[in-house]
Amino acid sequence: MYNASDLRKGLKIKLDHEPYIITEFNFVKPGKGQALYRCKLRNMVTGSQFERTFRAADTFGPADLREKKMQYLYSEEGKYYFMDSENYEQVFLSADQIGEAKNYLIDNTVVEILFFEDKPLEVSLPNFVDLTVVKAEPWAKGDSVTGNTKPVTLQTGYQLQVPPFIEEGEKIRVDTRSGEYITRVKD
Amino acid sequence: MIPVAENISPGSRIKPAMEDGRVLARRRDALWRRDRMIRAIRRFFSDRCYLEVETPYRITAPAPESHIDAVASSNWFLHTSPELCMKRLLAAGYPRIFQICKCFREGERGSCHLPEFTMLEWYHQGIDYRILMEECEELVTSVASDLGCGEVIHYQGKEIALQKPREMLSVREAFECYSPLSLAESLEREKFDEIMACYIAPHMGERQPTFLYDYPVYSSTLTRTKKEDPSVEERFELYMGGMEIANGSSELADVDEQRLRFKRARQFRRLQGKKVYPQPERFLEVLPTMPEAAGMALGVDRLAMIFTDLPAIDDVVTFTPEYI
Repeated sequence: MYNASDLRKGLKIKLDHEPYIITEFNFVKPGKGQALYRCKLRNMVTGSQFERTFRAADTFGPADLREKKMQYLYSEEGKYYFMDSENYEQVFLSADQIGEAKNYLIDNTVVEILFFEDKPLEVSLPNFVDLTVVKAEPWAKGDSVTGNTKPVTLQTGYQLQVPPFIEEGEKIRVDTRSGEYITRVKD
Repeated sequence: MIPVAENISPGSRIKPAMEDGRVLARRRDALWRRDRMIRAIRRFFSDRCYLEVETPYRITAPAPESHIDAVASSNWFLHTSPELCMKRLLAAGYPRIFQICKCFREGERGSCHLPEFTMLEWYHQGIDYRILMEECEELVTSVASDLGCGEVIHYQGKEIALQKPREMLSVREAFECYSPLSLAESLEREKFDEIMACYIAPHMGERQPTFLYDYPVYSSTLTRTKKEDPSVEERFELYMGGMEIANGSSELADVDEQRLRFKRARQFRRLQGKKVYPQPERFLEVLPTMPEAAGMALGVDRLAMIFTDLPAIDDVVTFTPEYI
């Protein structure tokens, strides 16, 4: 159980049978009055946000969340399918739930899926993924106008800026947290 | 009990020395301005023949307030405000005293709260809360002028005009203007504090300093009840930029009434499972000799936020608890 005084940004709690994450938190206390804990909460299933003020005496349960390693299979009609490689059970996440992660998912990528009870909520990617460049402009030596980077497209359709020496067909490592190029990868 | 240190994300501890240097360097301008502000406060009181005093931080018995928790220091407590000791000085014949000191309150940490913060507290014999409001206003104007602020100060995108007339609003009027519930309803449903904090405070002092006055007899324990209207107490708060800066009142000098109020606060604390502090007997013994007076407690850190145009109390102090 959590007390109101345990509340802080990022804490995941269960309210009315739903998991919520605290996205903003402030402690307020009128002059001679009681302590209040003002929170912005985001429902981790529906994504809806609202504000709520708790008092010192309020208590909550932790949200029953667990992570499971799963393999990305494919996407179809805005649904992204994943499989548990132990029992072959499949789950899907919607495009909204996937968000930016779609830029880094290729077949068989192993990810962590966060579940609330039996509902999959979100995906966490490895910090670095290796992806193939499918489209790149050729590099014109001595071309100073284009600067130190050029745009390329990866096999997932994601576009990013890379150093000019990267060519089509090469594999590069991308940081999934920043979306930035890290290095060239030799197979 | 909030062990504040637990609220730190592990990442913020990666390179403490570098982080320390960066954070402290960033605060240089704010700390210089805070220093000038505190000098201006001292000058104001010194010009008005106030005696600057120091009272002990460690005391045997803090005032039994319903919602203020003291930090224990072996068998004693760190004071939550210097009120009781200053009133004993008042009772001993010191007519005008002020103090700038640290106060300690358990479990208070937010964008405008620190568990260890700086308070300016002053007492003035022979006046009531109405005159105290004027004195408080003069202090703010005088500090602003010492800081070279002119008549309008800017706080977080708001323009706060310092020239008279000041804005005055009774708590009842404030509820009529901004609250979804009436004052009576909010008291009955125990929503008074929530409405104050969430609906009313953000509007207070938006365009000029606002004095919110005549609080319902509800939670303060050391304030005189208004003769003409026993449902309210002679207490006010000063707001600037939506933030409570100071709290002042005509002081309660009736010892029987004071004992009763302490008893109620102690009962409340017992029922809430909070620590019940020893009775401050020495204070109660001298209370009958305390002259009529009004007293004010002002959050120095918060006033520094206003005069530096910074949004968080962290920005105007040297160290916050997370970095100690």
